[in-house]
Amino acid sequence: MSQFSSASPAFTGHDPENRLYGPLPDVTGEAGYEPDHPARVGFFTDTSVCIGCKACEVACKEWNTLPMDDADGTRDALGLSGMSYDNTGMLGANSWRHVAFVEQSRSVDLPMPSMGVPAAPDQGVGSAGGCGGSCGSESPAHGNADGTTIDQHSVLNAQALSSFDPQTAQSGDREIRWLMSSDVCKHCTHAGCLDVCPTGALFRTEFGTVVVQDDICNGCGYCVPACPYGVIDQRKGDGRVFKCTMCYDRLTDGLQPACATACPTQSIQFGDLDELQARADARLATLTEQGVTTARLYGRDTDDGVGGAGAFFLLLDEPEVYGLPPDPVVTTRDLPSMWRHAAGAAAMLVGVALSGFLGRRR
Amino acid sequence: MPGLGATYGRGGATGFQQDLVNADCIVIEGSNMAECHPVGFQWVMEAKARGAKVIHVDPRFTRTSAVADTHVPLRAGTDIAFLGGLISYVLENELDFRDYVLAYTNASSLVGEDFQDTEDLDGLFSGWDPESSSYDKTSWQFEGAHEPSATGTDEIDPVAPDAGKVGSPATDPTLQHPRSVYQVLKRHFARYTPEMVGDICGVEPEVFLDVARAVTANSGRDRTTAWVYSVGWTHHTVGVQYIRTAGILQALLGNMGRPGGGILALRGHASIQGSTDIPTLYNLLPGYLAMPHAGEHSSLDEYCKVGDEMVGFWGGTRAYMVSLLKAWFGDAATAENDYCFDLLPKINGDHGSYRQVADMIQGKIPGYFLVGENPAVGHANGKMQRLGLANLDWLVVRDLQMIESATFWKTAPEIETGELVTDQIGTEVFFMPAATHTEKEGTFTNTQRLLQWHRQAIEPPDDARSDLWFYFHLGRILRDRLKDSTDPRDRGLQALTWDYPTHGPLVEPSAEAVLREINGVGPDGKALSSYTELKDDGTTTAGCWIYTGVYADEVNQSDRRKPGREQNWVAPEWGWAWPANRRTLYNRASADPEGKPWSERKAYVWWDEETQRWTGHDVPDFEATKPPSYRPEPGAKGPDGISGADAFIMQNDGKAWLFAPSGLADGPLPTHYEPDESPVPNALYRQQANPGREVIEAAWNRSNPPTSDVYPYVFTTYRLTEHHTAGGMSRTLPYLAELQPEFFVEVSPELADERGLENAGWATLVSARTAIEARVLVTERMRPLKMGRGQVVHQIGIPYHWGEQGISTGDSGNDLFGVVMDPNVHIQESKVATCDIQPGRRPRGPALVELVESYRQRAGVKSGLVPVGGRSPVEETNMTGEEKGQTHTTQSAPDHVAEAQP
Amino acid sequence: MATVKTWLDSWPVFRQLTGPDPLGRGHAARSKRTEAVTSRTATADRVVKSICPYCAVGCGQRVFVKDEQIVQIEGDPDSPVSRGRLCPKGSASKQLVTSPTRVTTVKYRRPYGTEWEDLALDEAMEMIADRVLAAREKGWQELDGDQRVNRTMGLASLGGATLDNEENYLMKKLYSAMGAIQIENQARI
Repeated sequence: MSQFSSASPAFTGHDPENRLYGPLPDVTGEAGYEPDHPARVGFFTDTSVCIGCKACEVACKEWNTLPMDDADGTRDALGLSGMSYDNTGMLGANSWRHVAFVEQSRSVDLPMPSMGVPAAPDQGVGSAGGCGGSCGSESPAHGNADGTTIDQHSVLNAQALSSFDPQTAQSGDREIRWLMSSDVCKHCTHAGCLDVCPTGALFRTEFGTVVVQDDICNGCGYCVPACPYGVIDQRKGDGRVFKCTMCYDRLTDGLQPACATACPTQSIQFGDLDELQARADARLATLTEQGVTTARLYGRDTDDGVGGAGAFFLLLDEPEVYGLPPDPVVTTRDLPSMWRHAAGAAAMLVGVALSGFLGRRR
Repeated sequence: MPGLGATYGRGGATGFQQDLVNADCIVIEGSNMAECHPVGFQWVMEAKARGAKVIHVDPRFTRTSAVADTHVPLRAGTDIAFLGGLISYVLENELDFRDYVLAYTNASSLVGEDFQDTEDLDGLFSGWDPESSSYDKTSWQFEGAHEPSATGTDEIDPVAPDAGKVGSPATDPTLQHPRSVYQVLKRHFARYTPEMVGDICGVEPEVFLDVARAVTANSGRDRTTAWVYSVGWTHHTVGVQYIRTAGILQALLGNMGRPGGGILALRGHASIQGSTDIPTLYNLLPGYLAMPHAGEHSSLDEYCKVGDEMVGFWGGTRAYMVSLLKAWFGDAATAENDYCFDLLPKINGDHGSYRQVADMIQGKIPGYFLVGENPAVGHANGKMQRLGLANLDWLVVRDLQMIESATFWKTAPEIETGELVTDQIGTEVFFMPAATHTEKEGTFTNTQRLLQWHRQAIEPPDDARSDLWFYFHLGRILRDRLKDSTDPRDRGLQALTWDYPTHGPLVEPSAEAVLREINGVGPDGKALSSYTELKDDGTTTAGCWIYTGVYADEVNQSDRRKPGREQNWVAPEWGWAWPANRRTLYNRASADPEGKPWSERKAYVWWDEETQRWTGHDVPDFEATKPPSYRPEPGAKGPDGISGADAFIMQNDGKAWLFAPSGLADGPLPTHYEPDESPVPNALYRQQANPGREVIEAAWNRSNPPTSDVYPYVFTTYRLTEHHTAGGMSRTLPYLAELQPEFFVEVSPELADERGLENAGWATLVSARTAIEARVLVTERMRPLKMGRGQVVHQIGIPYHWGEQGISTGDSGNDLFGVVMDPNVHIQESKVATCDIQPGRRPRGPALVELVESYRQRAGVKSGLVPVGGRSPVEETNMTGEEKGQTHTTQSAPDHVAEAQP
Repeated sequence: MATVKTWLDSWPVFRQLTGPDPLGRGHAARSKRTEAVTSRTATADRVVKSICPYCAVGCGQRVFVKDEQIVQIEGDPDSPVSRGRLCPKGSASKQLVTSPTRVTTVKYRRPYGTEWEDLALDEAMEMIADRVLAAREKGWQELDGDQRVNRTMGLASLGGATLDNEENYLMKKLYSAMGAIQIENQARI
């Protein structure tokens, strides 16, 4: 019977509380926790300061005692991927953090166009008189040889940004960018995996995160296609699904998740989601002010297809570049209408009592 | 590092990692800090967030480059040209911090009339002796003075004991005298123009100038620039001079001893700084005291002769040495018997690791201990290493895992080629399991001279024991065996203090007791607080004088763990740094000669008139109550000879040495030489490579000729974040092994086109030593560089972690290298050499040997075939520096080198 | 009745139908194990302060021990150098202790042997002592030319740079006292 839980709004035909789609300010309360439940927590992954060290991957595996990505754990079966420094490949049952490496380049003419900045926001952030990035660029700015100004719009336009865009280093007569980003389960506001789970193995924690209970999961795998990001995955030889728990066990003891604890450059930040969102907005504003026009937040918007993510990102390029879906939508968004069409028989069976409960709760 | 030692007086990193946040500009060069020191790199990222400019100068675009403001790709092995260009830029434009330079460097000293520069002699300094392939340094001296080296390390300077000549050099404070160091320096580097930097390094002049402007704009009274290097600088035949060049530049810019400045030497191992401070090195005793040298140090007086005459803190040499002998030989050491000085063995040449291995191959060394080291993978010319291991009588390996150096007798690549045969290898091997860092206690000295105590968490399993246990009990057994001996050669072991308390079921010796002995005690038997308390009369002990203070007040100061957030940003109460818990060295220079901060923004240590003491954020690297106005009496020695306005207290003249009249084997100034193996002729001099570099000529150590079209590509080796050195601590760990599961090399798309290499495909790399195979990553992060005359140089990147053992396996990148060494420190050139690369996997078995031999034949290199077992002799060489150095007489012209791609 | 109530409470569907989580996605779905969850750092017997053994940054580590086994190693936030952070190697350092391929007993390969053999630790120590004395004897030099050197060339030693200072100190002291000079370290390399 419990599979009805995910589909129950179908019986009302609409979902005014946004329980399946749209902004949901108190996802934890909606999941039945008392009003004094802890604040919703999350990850803000600022890829502009990621150094691709993969400490997050290891710290995660170490804490959660995940198997190596091969069968017997003694010799690696994966081998070199050939994809830059990424030999993890993707998130999976045994890899709950995955650092993507994206190499980009383009040629420029020398002598270099001005490395100067359009404006002069070179006082740095909270610096005691920091020089900003332009101390080395005090020669008079000059444009391209043909006198044209520099195009500021290309994602690879490093000439004007190289002093500021932290991931756009000038490399001789070539602009090279090496983007690194640590991906993780998004802990969606509307989590398709949770909504379709027939056993109640997936649940919303008191911290607002989404966790698989491996003592409940029966390996049915319904959740796997339900995730718009392709995160949740069945473990070979086990059958059950596994994914990031945001270190639920650590959270219950007041600790930070293992990945955020290890991260050397604070690319992965953990905290109350609303604080992280404010921090991310400020970081984006700083980068934008510095001319890094390619920076954007991903998963921050509560109006997006998953109602905003509990784990969101600052990216320096289009999401697709990092292997992220550009416009993810919770797969259960259309459940109400689907169910409207199929509701008749179901409602005849069990609908009365259930509707009664829902009605009473309202 | 003598590079830092000869310039400033001490070899350690001059600052500390956290201080990088105070930098206005950080230049990371010869280091891949984000990948190899990721957690330390947080301070670079924080500096950047505060507005500092971060510049990465490196042959490859790495994870450090990815977050730097600017990446400057340069040809491996050309940093002296790049840094020399910066020095020239500073001098030509008079951008030096003149007040600082006048006060704290030897810029105004006059070099003697006999000195001739490399600019005069086409790449040689005056005093070169082709017979001995070394320099007579007499002509490098200052007018009116002779400078003994303050490094106190490394080479015994044959003229240094002539201390009678020590005196004050003539000076010209206007810096206009043509023989003033300032002018000598300016002439020496005059040809290192942006264009010349472009021709040598492959760095576009505009890019170079951008760096020059950034560095100079961020140095001076109000601003500081920090330099960060690692083994990208030390692993060269001119490695010490690389560091010297940076030392000169940072002194000219006034960045030493100041917050956000300095030269941060990033060491690659948990206690590599400690391993030189308390050296297991043949030429050093603890605290950088020289190992006694046969002939020159036949008595304690002879040993102390130079120190006794010296100004500065090396003037205490006798006290340090006597205290060491008292720590080692206890009551047996008396004034009458020279404190047992005679019991110490004497050195008389290069007894360094590679010389040892050469001797092993020839059966001259029966026994060998490998203690947490895996030379079969981690050292240059792995085959040479393995042949050495195969020709021992016995080998003891202490490690956590079955490393390649323990299993060579059945897994070495030479077994497959037939050069070694398992049942013909006579080496008896003992594998002794070691304890991990969590299973024992003791101190590591980190990259910033900081001693940190690690506590024991659990007992080691089974037979695993700490190295402290192993050596303590080995010593106990040996002493027991020899206790009744009357042979004079056994007196050393008999007299040794070896009564450390033990504890627990494993009878573990007390590491704290050892640390306390290192610290030393006074006449009352109490732990001393400072090396200034050491006496030369036998009443004090100190196992390592620079560590005296680590057990002050009978407290293990290295185990202090007051949280950083509860202290000031220098965090003086976390661990203990040598010397005397000073975190930034030479910090007297953060104040002007009168003792006032150069600027409010960069205030660090200053003279407090009221209390008549030096004070500030750090422990002053200066006598606390010596006022700035203090001037020594004529003839004053030791610390008394250092003026109150001098900041470099280990130096005989109290100054940073722009020009180093002693202490270095290969020149008083750095000069650009090509690497031993290079596709490029030296654009500056007829002298191609460092004339003093050390070579070992043998069938198992052939060199690729310079500018050879048979070995046309430059390669460099390095570490990845995911692995550690020779892999014994990473390829064996599942979570690390899977992150970089296979040996690979990195090439540019242009080189891939030229040789038909495919991404993720296989390639074979060939040098005169061997051939190895690797998977290929084709990446634009590697790029061809254009040298002078349009010559294009391709560089190949080779992480060196792999071997045949562990979870992740592969050929070993270090096998490609030969062994050629820096003459100062006998460190090998393993950051640059040449090779060929071809698509596909390497031949198996004897065909591999044939392939490599055919390459040698084509390149005109002598045969490299060795008999089964490998016992080929070291060949006598009568190569003069000229023959060693010059390309113009060798076969290939630069146009054989790969041409520019259209 | 109480029994029935308890039984019913443990049935998620009952909780879902009666509690504040009608969609059964949160509070009502919590399993027994979830209710009992705690971190293994919280249940450790003790926490031991250590220093990472890899590179020379010198990161602080906290080593968590339970039943004399290491159950977790993570960064020490007290360290002013590392501020609690660790790189992938430091994060993996527990596996140095627990690695499946770690060798914890003495192994012996006799001259010309083709396989490892087992050897008792005490016996190995005595055998090594025998060989040290013999090699020392074999390579002893009182003089080199006319220079008194008082040393043995029969022994060499190469240490890694993960040795503790105290270990290096005992090594240098012991070797020097027995006359061995060919003592080297990774620091040369």
